[in-house]
Amino acid sequence: MIGFYTVMEGIIAFFLVAGGVFAFIGSLGLARLQDFYMRLHGPSKTSTLGVGCTLIGSMIYFSLTNHTISLQELLITIFLFVTAPVSAHMLAKCALHQKLPHYERTKGRPEELDEEQEDPDAADRPSTTPAP
Amino acid sequence: MIRARSWLPIPLLSVLLLAVWLLLQQSVAFGQWLLGGFLAIVIPIVIHPFWEPQAYLKRPFLLVRYYLRVLGDIVIANLQVSRIIIDPRKRANPMFVVYPLELEDYFTITVLASTITLTPGTVSAHLRLDGKSLLIHTLDADDPDTVIKEIHERYERPLKEIFEC
Repeated sequence: MIGFYTVMEGIIAFFLVAGGVFAFIGSLGLARLQDFYMRLHGPSKTSTLGVGCTLIGSMIYFSLTNHTISLQELLITIFLFVTAPVSAHMLAKCALHQKLPHYERTKGRPEELDEEQEDPDAADRPSTTPAP
Repeated sequence: MIRARSWLPIPLLSVLLLAVWLLLQQSVAFGQWLLGGFLAIVIPIVIHPFWEPQAYLKRPFLLVRYYLRVLGDIVIANLQVSRIIIDPRKRANPMFVVYPLELEDYFTITVLASTITLTPGTVSAHLRLDGKSLLIHTLDADDPDTVIKEIHERYERPLKEIFEC
């Protein structure tokens, strides 16, 4: 007969291990992928799920040991989901601005990376900015 | 829907602040309600002058469905990206895709761009404000049209229904 706590321990362990594996794969992607734009995919996605799994494990553990529902982890997840895409977007924007070289098999040729254009952002700034 | 008043300029933000405060304190004691309520009223009044008018949430229940769908897609996205990273024989075919936007509101475009970054093999890289298009980098794709169609069907249309219809 397997007790309730043994089963829950197994579930918590599963989430912790899964979280660790995903975080590791995300970091491995930083080393293995070929150019900056591809490396962006690792941290923006894999680490999100890695942290998410770890937080689910932590939520179950503290809910069981303290006998109250632990909801702080939900906040961490929400903040992470709000901030991770924004930072990835800013990094990609910087890379385009610096015209970082991309992997030669990349298809599609964005005009942001063309050489003759001086400043890729110049044409894109909203014209609604009020004059000082 | 709570109506905006002069002492309560952004009702939804106030509710959100109070909820976040109570979650952070992990307590529903009377004092915490009082302090949280004070912050939830004072902070919106202070930041109200800098606040841009937001898109009005037309159909909140569709937002729940959208949220669950994105959660599911995040898991799938992780498995796909993990497979590309681990498997040494599988060479990725990265591609830049220019996605034509139909949405007009800045807030809704932000939600769409964040969703694109979180889901299968795509990172939104650059928003062109003049051409109304979004530059997307995909990790593994063969055809730009399928990527555009998938994003349009799965994410942009539901967002349009939620916020703009």
